[in-house]
Amino acid sequence: MEQSDLSDLKQSGYRVAVLGDRDSVLGFLALGYAVYEAADPIEAERILRMLCADRSFAVIFLTEGLAPHLTHITDKFKDAPLPAIVTIPQADGLGQGYGMDSLHRAVERAVGADILS
Amino acid sequence: MAEIRVNPTRMELKKLKNRLITARRGHKLLKDKRDELMRRFLDVVREDRELRQAVEKGLRAAYAAFSIATGATGPRPLREALILPRAEGELTVGTHNLMSVICPTFSLRLPEDAGGGCYGFAFTSAELDPALEELSALTADLIRLAELEKTASLLALEIERTRRRVNALEYIMIPQYEEAIRRISMKLDENERGSRTRLMKVKDMMLMAAREAAAQRGDL
Repeated sequence: MEQSDLSDLKQSGYRVAVLGDRDSVLGFLALGYAVYEAADPIEAERILRMLCADRSFAVIFLTEGLAPHLTHITDKFKDAPLPAIVTIPQADGLGQGYGMDSLHRAVERAVGADILS
Repeated sequence: MAEIRVNPTRMELKKLKNRLITARRGHKLLKDKRDELMRRFLDVVREDRELRQAVEKGLRAAYAAFSIATGATGPRPLREALILPRAEGELTVGTHNLMSVICPTFSLRLPEDAGGGCYGFAFTSAELDPALEELSALTADLIRLAELEKTASLLALEIERTRRRVNALEYIMIPQYEEAIRRISMKLDENERGSRTRLMKVKDMMLMAAREAAAQRGDL
C-alpha cells in the first residue's frame, strides 16, 4: 500500500491527467488537462504506471472502458492520499456504470454490506 | 480461545482488572469513533453519488455534442484545431481533516483561454463551441468528484480499520480478560477455602490436645 503523509507534500503545481480512448479525451484537449490517449488496456497500463510514478499528477481521470482492466494499479492507490484516480464515462459507452460500481464497493468495504442499492 | 496465562495472585488480579477497565473504555471510544466516521462517510457517499450521476449525464451530453461536431467538421480537422499546445491548468492541493483522516482538497485553476477562442474558426464548425462549453462547465464538478471519491475511499479504509479494532476488543480482548479474572478469583477463593479448613482442623486438633492435657491434669 502506498501511504504518504499529505502534510509534507507540496501544495500547488499539480496537474490533472485524462487517460482514455481517442474519442473520449478529444474534448479535454482544449481545456488545459494533460491528455493521454490509449487505444487498448495494455497501452493504458503503461501510461497509467507512468502517470502514477510521476508525482506531479494529483487527479487522473480514467475512462470506464479501460478502468476494469487496470484495477491492479488503481487498487494500489485507493488508500493513498494522492493521486485520486477517478473513472469517467467513455464516449462509446463501454463499461458503463463501472464508476458507480466502485462507489458501491467502497460502501461495501466500510459498512460490510451495500446499503446504497 | 487463547487464554491469558498469569500467576493467580492478587497483584495479577488487580492488574488485569485495570486492563479490563481500560479495554472497555477504549472499546466504547472506538465504537463512538466508528459510528461518527460512518455518519460522515454516508454523507460523503450520498453527495458523491448525486454528483457522479450529474457528471456522468453531463459528460455523455458533451460526448454527444462532440460527435456532432466531429461529424460536421471531420475528425482530422477537429483534432488539428484542438491539439494546439496550450498552458495546462494548475491544481492546488489542500488538506482537510475529517475525524483525523487527512483528506485532500483540490482546486483547479484553468488557463485563461480554456474552453473557447483558442482554435481557428475558419476550419471548425459552429457545433464545436457548445460542445466545449458543456465540457468546460463540468470542470468544477469533475474536480469536486475526484475530491469526494478520494475522501470516500480514505474514510472507508479508516472505518474498516476502526471496525476491526472494535471487534478485536469486543470479541477477543475483553472476553479474555474477563475469563482470566474469573479464573484467578476462583483460584484465590479456592485457596482461601483451603486455608480456612486447614485452620479449622488445626484448631480442632489444638482443642483436642488441650482437652486431653486437662483430663490428664484432673487425673493427677
